[in-house]
Amino acid sequence: MNTEILGVIVQVILMLAISYPLGKYISKVYKGEKSLLDFMKPLENLMFRISGINPNNEMNWKQFLKALLSINFFWFFWGMILLVCQGSLPLNPDANIGQTCHQAFNTCISFLVNCNLQHYSGESGLTYFTQLFVVMLFQFITAATGMAAMAGIMTALAQKTTKTIGNFWKYLVLSVTRILLPLSLILGFILIIEGTPMGFNGKMKVTNIEGSTQMISQGPVAAIVAIKQLGTNGGGYFGANSSHPLENPTYLTNMLECIAIMIIPMAMALAFGFYIKKKKLGYSIFGVMLCAYLIGVVINVNQETTGNPRISAMGIAQHQGTTEGKEVRFGSAATALWSVSTTATSNGSINGMHDSMKPISGLVEMLNMQINTWFGGVGVGWMNYFTFIIIAVFISGLMVGRTPEFLGKKIEAKEMKIASIVALLHPFIILTSTALAAYIFIHAPHFVAGEGGWLNNSGYHGLSEMFYEYTSCAANNGSGFEGLKDNTWFWNFSCAIVLIIGRYLPIIGQVAIAGLLADKKHIPEGAGTLRTDTVTFAAMTFAVIFIVAALSFFPAHALSTIAESLSLH
Amino acid sequence: MNTRNEKSTALFRKEMVKESLKQSFVKLNPRILIKNPIMFTVEVCTAVMTIVTVYSAFSNSQGSFVYNLLVMLILFITLIFANFAEAIAEARGKAQADSLRKTREDTPVKLIKGNKIEHTSSSQLKVGDEFECIAGDIIPSDGEITDGLASIDESAITGESAPVIREAGGDKSSVTGGTKVLSDRIRVKVTTRPGESFLDKMIALVEGASRQKTPNEIALTILLAAFTLVFTIVCICLKPLADYSGTTISIAALLSLFVCLIPTTIGGLLSAIGIAGMDRALRANVITKSGKAVETAGDIDTLLLDKTGTITIGNRKATNFYPALGVSEQDFIAACLLSSQSDTTPEGKSIVELGYKRNTQERKIVTTGGRLIKFSAETKTSGINLEDGTEIRKGAYEAIRNIVESAGNSFPKEVEDTIVDITGNGGTPLVVSVNKKVAGVIELQDIIKPGIHERFERLRKMGVKTVMVTGDNPLTAQYIATKAGVDDFIAEAKPEDKMEYIKKEQTAGKLVAMMGDGTNDAPALAQANVGVAMNSGTQAAKEAGNMVDLDNDPTKLIEIVEIGKQLLMTRGTLTTFSIANDVAKYFAIVPALFMVSIPQLAALNVMQLHSPASAILSAIIFNALIIPILIPLALKGVRYKPIGASALLRRNLLIYGLGGVIVPFIGIKLIDLFIGLFF
Repeated sequence: MNTEILGVIVQVILMLAISYPLGKYISKVYKGEKSLLDFMKPLENLMFRISGINPNNEMNWKQFLKALLSINFFWFFWGMILLVCQGSLPLNPDANIGQTCHQAFNTCISFLVNCNLQHYSGESGLTYFTQLFVVMLFQFITAATGMAAMAGIMTALAQKTTKTIGNFWKYLVLSVTRILLPLSLILGFILIIEGTPMGFNGKMKVTNIEGSTQMISQGPVAAIVAIKQLGTNGGGYFGANSSHPLENPTYLTNMLECIAIMIIPMAMALAFGFYIKKKKLGYSIFGVMLCAYLIGVVINVNQETTGNPRISAMGIAQHQGTTEGKEVRFGSAATALWSVSTTATSNGSINGMHDSMKPISGLVEMLNMQINTWFGGVGVGWMNYFTFIIIAVFISGLMVGRTPEFLGKKIEAKEMKIASIVALLHPFIILTSTALAAYIFIHAPHFVAGEGGWLNNSGYHGLSEMFYEYTSCAANNGSGFEGLKDNTWFWNFSCAIVLIIGRYLPIIGQVAIAGLLADKKHIPEGAGTLRTDTVTFAAMTFAVIFIVAALSFFPAHALSTIAESLSLH
Repeated sequence: MNTRNEKSTALFRKEMVKESLKQSFVKLNPRILIKNPIMFTVEVCTAVMTIVTVYSAFSNSQGSFVYNLLVMLILFITLIFANFAEAIAEARGKAQADSLRKTREDTPVKLIKGNKIEHTSSSQLKVGDEFECIAGDIIPSDGEITDGLASIDESAITGESAPVIREAGGDKSSVTGGTKVLSDRIRVKVTTRPGESFLDKMIALVEGASRQKTPNEIALTILLAAFTLVFTIVCICLKPLADYSGTTISIAALLSLFVCLIPTTIGGLLSAIGIAGMDRALRANVITKSGKAVETAGDIDTLLLDKTGTITIGNRKATNFYPALGVSEQDFIAACLLSSQSDTTPEGKSIVELGYKRNTQERKIVTTGGRLIKFSAETKTSGINLEDGTEIRKGAYEAIRNIVESAGNSFPKEVEDTIVDITGNGGTPLVVSVNKKVAGVIELQDIIKPGIHERFERLRKMGVKTVMVTGDNPLTAQYIATKAGVDDFIAEAKPEDKMEYIKKEQTAGKLVAMMGDGTNDAPALAQANVGVAMNSGTQAAKEAGNMVDLDNDPTKLIEIVEIGKQLLMTRGTLTTFSIANDVAKYFAIVPALFMVSIPQLAALNVMQLHSPASAILSAIIFNALIIPILIPLALKGVRYKPIGASALLRRNLLIYGLGGVIVPFIGIKLIDLFIGLFF
């Protein structure tokens, strides 16, 4: 047990050790300062020239968003066509068929919004071609989209007064060539060395110890797993995600993959402080996120390393904690750490079944996604935190008797309107969709039966499964309480709608706030200004975030996770 | 001062409460209430509960009739409490306004038509009309004196009983309707139409008739509306989730949860806070043209203050006599007294005053037969030629030196040293010569107001930079600035210098407040973010500023800044308190909703409330009662302490944030102990 805890501590320390220099590096990349990978410049310039883009052409926030949304719109059609037609496209040695329309719609949207919710299994649902040119491509560019949006916001906040917030295309390309690609290459090579497959052969025929033959799926796994972890994507190559022995072969790869989940989201939070030259503010934001993350880790590790009281009551010893749905290769603690990391960051990859974890662990995982600001998705997680800073600044500004301001910009009705909508959109879509599903489940049993009955478990846990699914969609996380049979018409469509709203409305709102603030007159900091880089303000922001989430989701949790947990004893 | 005491009425006066209660019911009109989205939703809930109550009289499916009736009544009382908060704030403003309005009753006017005087009433006056007032008359309308001088009793407006002098021309030419002429005769030109004068505007304003929401209030309303919206969703969604869990939730319980969760506390008090803010400004005898000006005052970064009257008491005063070598002190004082007989400036008068005080030998000062020499710009001196031919002159160093040296006498070295000393101490030296020989120096000093240093220190802690504006030379200005503790000064200031300074600060993104009275201050008053005009000032100045100080007290700006800050703070702290309350309310209502069908959830009943019905009733009773309990705080405002923004945030978070979490746990438990006896 102690070595398991030690493993958790080492992973957390490594995350911190890597994310600090990475944050400094990211800030340099977006600022255009000299950095390690300047040799990529010719490649980037070539891309700009081919696309007819002038990377130095500054955009205002509206042009910035237009570019972001239009390229996403294009990718949607790209993904849809390839997924539906994959059966007749090359690189399909296992002769997998094309996806149905509603499944392709769900898959395409899910990867487009950096969520990677999977209502299919990679072994049979995709071909090598779509794995590479839909899944992996989207894993790079959608992560880069989020990072580019954050770079735009940083540009807006760093300057005193500005109408332009940088060039979207430039940030998009730099995010890929300077950050995501190099890190993926490093991780990918380590994975190959450790045994993850990377090739284009079809299923492998293996004779196992019992003498029977087994077909083992393989393909270009290492490449996809690396970016899946680094870009807070989470969409596994195989259905079992990182609990699959080929996707996550050893304890070392497990550590690296778990660390890979966290480093870019962590580095982005730090990069903000370096970029706007307010390190203390960067550290204080990072500090709040880290505290919240670590609280979650402590709770889940504790929950999972101690056994289930119902099983203990039967007189069965549980020295290894709750082992159902876990890889014994990694142990309970490593799975608990992963479960918190993957939900805090909107990654969504798993190395154990969240559905099998204790109810309180499920509560922490869901709360992570419902709050969606503890590091969060690359770029967008920090942006969600930014929304709450606006609200916290507003309330605390009032409390000290001064018209609220953040980084020298006054927060007024317009920004408050957008921030309120964005902050409250999240509970809105999660609760309404869960309520709708619960309503249909009770009041239209024929429809549900026609869709295969939906739930594996009844009662509180069944509600948790539905609640988790929409939470995961709204947070663009992509992990699932896999007890839910989700590849149905209803779930494919309803999830896709939640995914779209959960992704684009916040980005539009957050970039708009930054654009509006950037345009305002800069007020120099005075003795009466409320400083936002203090412990007090950090605590205030934490309280605002936690209370908004706790207040919105408490009743739903009371009926699902809390009720289930209380009935264990 | 008596009138002032009358103004600061008790928080709840009997007749006010009565009127406010009446208004609380009038305000139930949905068309009025919809302006407050939070309370409007409570009204909708009350309406729904009324139907449910009637229904429950015939059917048992929604719980007992008594229980439903109680919930309905408590929701209704919540509404009344919120309306009462607004009404009492308005009533207090109105009481203030009424006492002012008494002075506005139709007054007789002596209208000047050509050479004749026509008797008419103030309601007939038009802009540009001229009327006459003599001792004993009430001035019928705001206007400017075109001819004459009078002492006027302005106590009806300012509460100060000391009469003030108003005269034609210059900066003290404006008179306010409702004030009383005590002496002399003046001709006044009407400047504002009756009904649109400052007092009328002010009355309308404090009555809330023309009160507009400020930008900050709008932003807060948006946030609160968003909270209301999300709790609407939470409550609506709870129904299918409960259905799934096999729990039936009664409409009464669901609506109770909803009303408890939405920020009714701040929603009910929000407009009362705004009205009270302006009311507090009024109590400080400052008329604000808009609520926004009060809020802006709380954000001020830079404060421009005139030296004279603000930092120093009135004008310079003589503080010391320094006779030259060989001149006795008494002789010198006598010379000073003689030379100042013709000097009617405040400085001259102060010399005479000090001279008589120091004239220990009671020497007779005889000027009969002497010829008074008035101050002229040419000689820059004044004085007297006595009957015996003695020529006494008093003037600035340069002027006297000319006189002395042109007569062939030398200017004594030790006198020059004294002059340097005086200047270095921020004083102004006046040299006196007798028969073209230096007799000594009079020291004039600015008297810094007692306590002003502390007030500036307080402003500094609030983050406000103070700037002194003075006509003095830089050396004197520097001395006074240091002594009074201001952060910066503008020496040898011309009116356009103020304007430039304001613009410079504003370009740097700062908010500037200034006070002024003269017509030449008007552009700067308009440019400043907060311009406070003195009531004694010209009409132009009053039009340009966004506040008028009835007391003509320049230090008033400090109070205004605090009032502005208080206003915002009260909003912020009560919002925090309101939201923090929700935690306890959840722990009261959620277990109550589900305990029967999911017994395990009884563990969430941390307050050990007696029964589901008592828990729900206790929570909504607490929710209703907290509004009237907080009315005094809303009206008085949260106290501002200049301890720095972060410390203040910490303090308020502890009191109103943490307090907001803890208080309802105690409150609900106590109410439940009582309710539990019945349910």
